[in-house]
Amino acid sequence: MKVVVWLAEGTWQACVDAAAEVAPPSASITLLHVTDPALAADVSDAFAGLVGRGSRGDPGAAVDAAAARAEEALLRAAAARLDRPATPVRRHGRLEREVVAAAEGADLLVVARDGPVTRLGPRSLNPPTRFVVDHAPCAVLLVWPTAPPPVDTIPPPPPHKAAPPHKAAPPHKAAPPPP
Amino acid sequence: MWAVLLLAVVLAFAVVRPRGLPEATAAVPAAAIAVGGGLVPWAAARDEMVMLGPTVGFLAAILALAHLADAWGVFAFAGGLAARASRGSPTRLLTVVFAIAAAVTAVLSLDATVVLLTPVVFATAAAAGVRARPQVYACTHLANAGSLLLPVANLTNLLAFGATGLTFLGFAGMMALPWLAVLAVEYAVFRWFFAGDLATPARPAPVEPAPAPGFALGVLALTLAGFAAAEPMGVAPAWIAAAGAVVLAVPLVVRAPRRARTAWGIALSTNPLFCFFVFGLGVVVLALRRHGLDDLITSLTPDRADLLGLLAVAGLAALLANLVNNVPATLVLVPVVAHSPGLVLAALIGVNIGPNLTYVGSLATLLWRRILHARDEPPSTAAFLRLGAISVPACLLAAVVALWVGLKLSTVL
Repeated sequence: MKVVVWLAEGTWQACVDAAAEVAPPSASITLLHVTDPALAADVSDAFAGLVGRGSRGDPGAAVDAAAARAEEALLRAAAARLDRPATPVRRHGRLEREVVAAAEGADLLVVARDGPVTRLGPRSLNPPTRFVVDHAPCAVLLVWPTAPPPVDTIPPPPPHKAAPPHKAAPPHKAAPPPP
Repeated sequence: MWAVLLLAVVLAFAVVRPRGLPEATAAVPAAAIAVGGGLVPWAAARDEMVMLGPTVGFLAAILALAHLADAWGVFAFAGGLAARASRGSPTRLLTVVFAIAAAVTAVLSLDATVVLLTPVVFATAAAAGVRARPQVYACTHLANAGSLLLPVANLTNLLAFGATGLTFLGFAGMMALPWLAVLAVEYAVFRWFFAGDLATPARPAPVEPAPAPGFALGVLALTLAGFAAAEPMGVAPAWIAAAGAVVLAVPLVVRAPRRARTAWGIALSTNPLFCFFVFGLGVVVLALRRHGLDDLITSLTPDRADLLGLLAVAGLAALLANLVNNVPATLVLVPVVAHSPGLVLAALIGVNIGPNLTYVGSLATLLWRRILHARDEPPSTAAFLRLGAISVPACLLAAVVALWVGLKLSTVL
């Protein structure tokens, strides 16, 4: 069994814990971290927008280096928390696309909710995570990064309405009378 | 016509930076051509450079001061402070970063925020287990929009400061309300725009308290007080900034194992080529102004500092900043509106906030960066552009209304 664990900032601990719980001892576990280079590129661009400053001291390069250090620290911490053999994988690109590509051929992808965790509902997934859940080419284990909120956080259902007309059946039209 | 061509070449060179050559490579010869070709009489060019002299000197000193503050650990200390104050909450971290970025921009200029603070803020967010996007974009946004308060915060302010006729404290007093209004609007926009990222729970790692670099912070505070105190005595602020830089530099050089190398590094941090670029650009813009641009801009700008007049000047300034970048826009606009200090301040609001619209300062830079990035993975420019499209009009409006209120209440202007 191949298990891919997506490690994202702030929520990775819950994914590692879930993987340790559900993956059988024979499973091969991949710890996946994705860095989006767009952030450092945007910082570079903001610096380029300061006209006349030359090209020395581009802060985008410093952000890039800090991101690489943070990625290593995160992968180390995740491996230590999992405490069993696992393969670290580092990818660069758009988060959601890279995670889906990395999950190809896997049996299980472990993902954490990362939106507001105070109530149950679709907003508990930020757009990239929503994309991953919608497009994953394998089974997905979707975990809460904190204790899940109670069921009564779902708003009450709207007042009962008559069922809408079925879309597939257009309203019947009488044939025009022959002239 | 020739003047337009010269300015176009200077700006295109500054955007493309072929082979990483400094921008002065084009600006200085272009200025020489403008003078040699008779577009600008030598006396006028000399007067322009004499007028720019104190500004450029101040710029060099403040750039060095920011780098020295970094060498003394002021930015690392600010990062540690932000991590502790946020107590693991992404929203609290954003709030603290707003405060720090606004203060750093106001005192040490926007360059310090973009170049020195942004990487520290990224590392702080990463160490705190927080998604860094909102905090990093806050730095790049506030570097522009947060640079209204003090004359030292932005080169544009320095260029226009003389035309306002205000003292250092008078400028700060007039711009305090617009600055606060802009910070409030930006904060509200960021909280809404990045609601998803800010809601991601974080599990903070404990942060070791770092000792405050007391000496450097003390020197910075004294330098700031010096700007206001020395002005009535006729001492140019550039000298105060230079004195602050020297006080911070001497212990570093004395303690360094390789003194000459350290001293050379500090000298380079004044970015002398940037200073030459500003001189060259000033002369080239002067050539253009003498050949019809002044008349054109005069016909476009209102001459009364009422609310509509202020809004029109700020809007025009923001538009110009996005067309040609904000430094040339300031050089073009300020002489035309110099008769009314209120309009000069409105122009500054436009040229300082405007660059956030394209986030790279100008349309030309944006297009060029798109071409550069076309081969590799395209960056997430769309998100940044949406953020600018929402925040810039709101900030412009809030700042101009605040300025108008300030002008009504003011006894200085």
